Amino acid sequence: MSDWAGVFIFFVVALIFGAGGIATSFLIQPRRDTPLKLEPYECGMPTQGSTWIQFKTGYFLYALLFVIFDVETIYLYAWAVKFQSLGLFAFIEMIIFVFILIVGLWYAWKEGALEWQ
Amino acid sequence: MFENLFVGIANGLRSLLGGLPLEINEAIVMLVKLVAILVFILVNALWLVYMERKVAAFVQARIGPNRVGPKGLLQTTADIGKLICKEIIIHKDTDKLVFMLAPMLVFVPTLMVFAVIPFGKNMAAIDMNIGLLYLLAIGSLSTLIFWMAGWASNNKYSLLGGMRSVAQMVSYELPMVLAILGVIMITGSLKMSDIIAAQEHTWFIFSQPIAFLIFFIASVSECNRAPFDLIEAESELVNGFNTEYSGMAFAMFYLAEYANMLVSCAMVTILFLGGWYAPFGLDFIPSWLWFFIKMYVMMFIIMQLRWTYPRIRVDQLMGFGWKVLVPLSLANIFVTGIGMYIYRAIGW
Repeated sequence: MSDWAGVFIFFVVALIFGAGGIATSFLIQPRRDTPLKLEPYECGMPTQGSTWIQFKTGYFLYALLFVIFDVETIYLYAWAVKFQSLGLFAFIEMIIFVFILIVGLWYAWKEGALEWQ
Repeated sequence: MFENLFVGIANGLRSLLGGLPLEINEAIVMLVKLVAILVFILVNALWLVYMERKVAAFVQARIGPNRVGPKGLLQTTADIGKLICKEIIIHKDTDKLVFMLAPMLVFVPTLMVFAVIPFGKNMAAIDMNIGLLYLLAIGSLSTLIFWMAGWASNNKYSLLGGMRSVAQMVSYELPMVLAILGVIMITGSLKMSDIIAAQEHTWFIFSQPIAFLIFFIASVSECNRAPFDLIEAESELVNGFNTEYSGMAFAMFYLAEYANMLVSCAMVTILFLGGWYAPFGLDFIPSWLWFFIKMYVMMFIIMQLRWTYPRIRVDQLMGFGWKVLVPLSLANIFVTGIGMYIYRAIGW
């Protein structure tokens, strides 16, 4: 059996476990809906305004930076596995590659993208 | 005898099912392994919650849970029983589909990650050749589910908790992933058993101490544990992204949190503490027991951290991740690379 068939079994059983747990709970729990119970919990105060609004851009900046670095790590992993057989040339090449990204990080740092406002 | 206990059971089962076609035989053995892992996680989650409460109690000079069962050992079992019977309140403004999907899915990535963890010699359910990459890829999926829960709740606390969880987990995933690179460069393999086999003589905690520290801090943060528990931050966000969840849905998030802690401790053990290898030549203790001992020591340290240190602020958290850990882990890659060339030049 291939590895991925095993992973698929894990996936299916995990789904069944999650859904089954919630379903079992729904079967045995009481259901008494009252208007007050169905209000969102905001420390007992009436809800003010909508929740789904445009939100702080600071989070978005971190997400952008993360995507750039995460794509980089995909290259780095392939390189690290073969590090010992690729030799010095690949190492220096990778230093240049990472250096470009470090310049990017330095720029983001300088522009204040890493500061939490 | 105990050394091959679990491997022996698996082989016995295989030969017992020998009459069946190979594919079905393998599938059944895989299911049995899966059930064993599931039971392991559930039992651990139960006692780890108890252990956490006891550790907290002793740190704060209290007694802790001591009523249900001997020494309070059945406290969490009773809690789970209560939670199953409780109503799952779905309040009127939620996005109902996503709101219910999140607790169902939250356990999926966690259980899938356990497939590649070797609990002892030859004791990984699937010893995949890209095990580590698989673990990191699947493990980071839980960020998405926390965000689903936070967004669908339509509650300001949940939304903030979800936002923070995405930002924090994303920021600390980076140093974590980069810190592991040093280990991979030395082993030249992503297979879990190869990584452990490379530590037979020297654990990587000694040859990669910086990577170990970065990885440990980042994994505490990935588990949303104090001092990085800004996602929950009881004093400001009620309970973060799972504020609106009650009953079994809440229990699912809790279960996933403790299972994630188990994964993190297992990862530290595999990558830096020599996995199943016995220190000081204490071979008479079986390999899987060594793995568990190391794992639970890490677990205890994480719990101790939670009850010893105050929570840090959001700007400190982000600043520490991006300005200290990321540059440090990048530097670690270079130092490892150059170090390995020097090491080879000396021929030591």
